[in-house]
Parts: sequence; structure tokens; C-alpha cells
Amino acid sequence: MTQLTPVLTKNWDLPNAFTVDGYGEYAAAKKALSTDPDAIIQMVKDSGLRGRGGAGFPTGMKWGFIPQNDGKPHYLVVNADESEPGTCKDIPLMMANPHSLVEGVIITAYAIRANYAFIYVRGEVLHVIRRVQAAVREAYEKGYLGSDIFGSGYDLEVVVHSGAGAYICGEETALLDSLEGYRGQPRLKPPFPAVAGLYASPTVVNNVESIASVPSIVTNGADWFAGMGTEKSKGFGIFSLSGHVTRPGQYEAPLGITLRELLDLAGGIREGHELKFWTPGGSSTPIFTAEHLDVPLDFESVGAKGSMLGTRALQIFDDTTCVVRAVLRWTEFYAHESCGKCTPCREGTFWLKQVLKRLEKGQGTEDDLTTITDIADNILGRSFCALGDGATSPIHSSVKHFREEYLKHFEIGGCPFDPAASTVWGKA
Amino acid sequence: MTYAPEVRERLETDAKEIIGRYPKPRSALLPLLHLVQSEDGYVSDDGQEFCAEMLGLSKAEVVGVATFYTMYKRKPSGEYNVGVCINALCAVMGGDQIWSELSEHAGVGHDETTEDGKITLERLECNAACDFAPVMMVNWEFFDNQTPDSAKQLVDDLRAGKEVVPTRGPGRLCSFKEASRVLAGFPDGLAGDGPAASGPSLEGLKIAKANGWEAPAGDEGSVNDR
Repeated sequence: MTQLTPVLTKNWDLPNAFTVDGYGEYAAAKKALSTDPDAIIQMVKDSGLRGRGGAGFPTGMKWGFIPQNDGKPHYLVVNADESEPGTCKDIPLMMANPHSLVEGVIITAYAIRANYAFIYVRGEVLHVIRRVQAAVREAYEKGYLGSDIFGSGYDLEVVVHSGAGAYICGEETALLDSLEGYRGQPRLKPPFPAVAGLYASPTVVNNVESIASVPSIVTNGADWFAGMGTEKSKGFGIFSLSGHVTRPGQYEAPLGITLRELLDLAGGIREGHELKFWTPGGSSTPIFTAEHLDVPLDFESVGAKGSMLGTRALQIFDDTTCVVRAVLRWTEFYAHESCGKCTPCREGTFWLKQVLKRLEKGQGTEDDLTTITDIADNILGRSFCALGDGATSPIHSSVKHFREEYLKHFEIGGCPFDPAASTVWGKA
Repeated sequence: MTYAPEVRERLETDAKEIIGRYPKPRSALLPLLHLVQSEDGYVSDDGQEFCAEMLGLSKAEVVGVATFYTMYKRKPSGEYNVGVCINALCAVMGGDQIWSELSEHAGVGHDETTEDGKITLERLECNAACDFAPVMMVNWEFFDNQTPDSAKQLVDDLRAGKEVVPTRGPGRLCSFKEASRVLAGFPDGLAGDGPAASGPSLEGLKIAKANGWEAPAGDEGSVNDR
């Protein structure tokens, strides 16, 4: 039985967790600022921390890509634009424990020799923005931000920047364009942000949870962090259970825990029902079924089974749920959020939506299944960023696992499910 | 029309403060558009002109940006922006039913405003509160675990001017204009309101505590000493 390991969530039950009093006096930042920046980068490399925003790129390696002594300003940008459907970890983290993020920002910015950092928070979460603004302000008041922090001679300015409603701005280069005051559209890579990011200067873009994990590594050591998790997916992460589960919520555990274990902790699937399908890491990760209950939730194991760990956004759907309906909704989302820059994504998601609407109403034919998988094939890998790729995940995986259910819609000329039964208040 | 001189002066003071936060002025455009919404309740023609002047951009450049982001309203909207999440998970958990009943009850559809100018309804994509599904947002505050009845009551109360309090958030609900000012980077002093976390956010921690589970001790003793 894997045990939960609360670190980032440890203080969430304190009423004042979001203040320095409820968090602590930035001992990790103080320690870091008296250490050689390269040693901090090495420590994070040794810890094995990989990006918690979905892609899982090694965090220390990303920092190491920043060219040093290049005469250019360096920037740290925190991606707090959490918008991937099902993903709901960074928002409660910033609401309850924003100082872990601010302290992580100080350590990270110091390590990459940045004197300016931005926290780009999605705009649709007002109280979270208040909490992050207040944490930054308190950090300034305590002397943890500003000039000559802890007498180290190191200066850092932090700006909290509110987005304005665009999923695509969670893509790091679109986020940078947005932060520069443009429409949030992805850039062609390379050059990567480490070389030409914000204002064409070397920039690290990291997810909230990645940065918030850094102070604990500095405090407890790389070996401590690496001692949790699996061989290549080290440490802990917040697993977010939502949907048809008895106790949905945030469960902080070592990477490699399984959904079966998490469901045990969460009281199982809601009473009288069984698991039908789930996402391991948000809607952009191919869906799994009950046969994947024992897959270790680490980057390698989930990948080997044909999906992605993503953001550990475990959306759980029981036997009352129509998979075609869920896939249609996700597809409508991608069509809505496609920024329009790349034709395969812009047009492809639009057409997927049209065909799926017909399918859900039972007005399609079996040929339509070939059409949607063809369209998905023509989006996948053919756009600047991962939004288009993500849009194809629910299509391919649902047709693979639930082809019969699509066919059933044509057979009976409609949806075989009662949407009322899947609601929270629905009675089986 | 243009802004009255005293309004213009006040907006300019705020705008200069916003611009001063950034290494390059154009980065201030998104917060400036939030500032305009805090004045006008939407991204007005005057507001876009104002942003362009403050940043030395053409108005077309400002409009090009404003039209990209869904939080910028293109026309005057209600005092309360009421959103219902209809992304897959919330939809399945009841968001679809909430939307259809609420829309019929209020007599307006997506991006439409009630005649009294109180309520603008919006179909929302995922708002990162899936463990509280079905989720609604009013002026970007969380209204968690909604039902069709609670949603209709919420809108009725807002229209009647009764006090309405977010389920996770401050002790009072701000107007859309007030909320926009916070988004522009001018805090309203309400950050300390409400609990750090509640409900589903604490499920894992509760179980860990009940079982005495902690992360292992590190170099400097237990991580839990922090």
C-alpha cells in the first residue's frame, strides 16, 4: 500500500496557511542564497524533479540550458495558467499555500541568474489571484523580495500577471507572447525559451507545482526527494481525483501510486457503480479503462500503456457516462480554444466537433469513425504546439476502447444513456 | 464620447503604475484591458483608444488583442457574470442540466444579459475546480457543488440584491467592475478572507493525518518541522 506524502499540501488545513506565519520564514531561500547558483541547479538535477505541468521535462536540466554570462537579462516565468480539463491542483495550491510558490520563485530565479520573475495566473480565479498577490506583497514586506535579499546582494522583482481567458496561454511560448501583450499564439520552436523567451531573452518557464516543490528539495536534499517515487519519475505529486468517486479531492503521493490505490483512499467509485473510463492526466491524455487500474502513475508506465501522466488529473467516469458525449465536450473545448494559427488544428478541431455532434445524436454512420480518426491523424504532429495533439487523444483512445458504444448510437439512432443518471443528484 | 477629464486622470495614474511594473510597456496591455473593464464593465471603444494611447500602439493592435481573450467583454454586460462549467466532467456531473434549467429560468442564453442589467450568463470551459463539480463562477469567484435549484436560487438572489457569498472565497461578492480592478493588479484587501482550503482540497491530507503518514525525513530532520 502506497502511503500519501503531504509536503505541498501539508499546511493546507491551517487557517492562515497562506501567510508567512502559516508557512514559515523562507529558510530554504535563505539557505539557497548563500549557496552557489550552479550548486542549486545541480541539486535539482540530482533530485530528479520533472516538470509538473504535464510534459515532465527534467526541471534542473531546463535551468541548465540558460546560457550564463551572456550579458542578457534572464527571466523566470511561472506558468500558473492551469486550464487543462480535469486539472485542479495548482489552483488550490496557490489558494492555500502561495508562499511555497513565492519561495520557489526566489530560489529558481537565483539559480538561473534572473532578477525579474513573473507569475502568470489564469484570470478566472479571482480569490487565487488575491492570495498570490498578497503572498508576493508580504514577501516584499519581509525583505524576501526586492533588493539585497537576506543580505546576499541578490535582487529580485516579482510581478503577478493575470491572464484573460485563453487555454492556449498554458502553452509556454503562447504564454510568453501573451505576457508581452500580444494574442497568445505559440511560437515555432526552436529557438526554445531558454535561448529566446520573454523579450527574446533566456527564460525559464516552469509550472506552479514544479517551482513550489523546489524549497522542499533545498531544505531536505536531493536524495530525500529522489527517495520517493519510481526510478525515473522521482518525488511526490498532487493527484487530483474528480468525477464519480466517493471522495473527490487532492491526494499528494509519490509518483507511481496506482489508481486502484487512490480509489481505495477516496472511498471507491460512487456507490452502486463501477469504473468505466478515466484520464490519467487531463483531457489531452488518452483515456484509460478499468484494465489500467494497476498501472503505476509515473511518466514511463503510463506512457508504456499508451497514455501520458500529464498533470495527474484523474477524471473518473462510471458506467452511467456516455463516452461519446464526454469526447464531444472535450472536442468542443479544443475547437473553442484552438488559437487559429495552424490550419490542421483550427480546421481539424472544427470538423471533429461537427462530426461528433452528429455521432452523438445517432445520425452518423460507421464511416464517420474513419472520418474522425482520419481528421485526428491529420492534426497530430502537424501544428506548432501540443493543443492539436491533445485534441486527438480523446478521439483515438475512445474509438479504440469504445468502438461498440459509438456503433450503438447509430443502431438505436440516439444516445443509449440517460444523462440524468450520471449527475451528482442522479439516482441509479 | 471620451472619458471625462477626472476619469481620464484617474485612469492614467493607474495605467502608469501598471506600465511601471514591466520591463517593456506593451506587457501592460492585458492588465490595462482589465482596468478598462473595471471602469466601463466591458472593453469599450474609449477604453481601447485609451490603452493604445498609453502604450503607443495603434487601436487595431489593441483590438486585435482584446478580441482574442474570452474574459474581455465586447459589449456592456451584467453586474454579475454568471458562468456554468460545461466541460466534459462538470457537464456529466450535472453542469449540462444546470445550464439548461438556469438559462431557461433567467431567460437569457450564452453571453446574453438580463433586462435588468444584473446577470450575464456564460458557458464556461474548465475552471480548475473539478473536485468540486458541478462548478459555477460568479465574477470569477467559486460557487462549488451546484445543483439546478441552487443555481436558480443564486441568480434570483443576485437579481433581488440579496447578499450572496462564494463557497470558497471572500466574505462578500464583488461586482464585475471591482473584480476587474483586482485582475488589473490593484488588490481589494480581501485576500485574507475565507479558509486556506476546504472540502475536497483537504481529503488527502485528512487521510494522511488519520493514518500518521508523512513524507520521509530529510537532511535537516523531518520535512514536517517546517
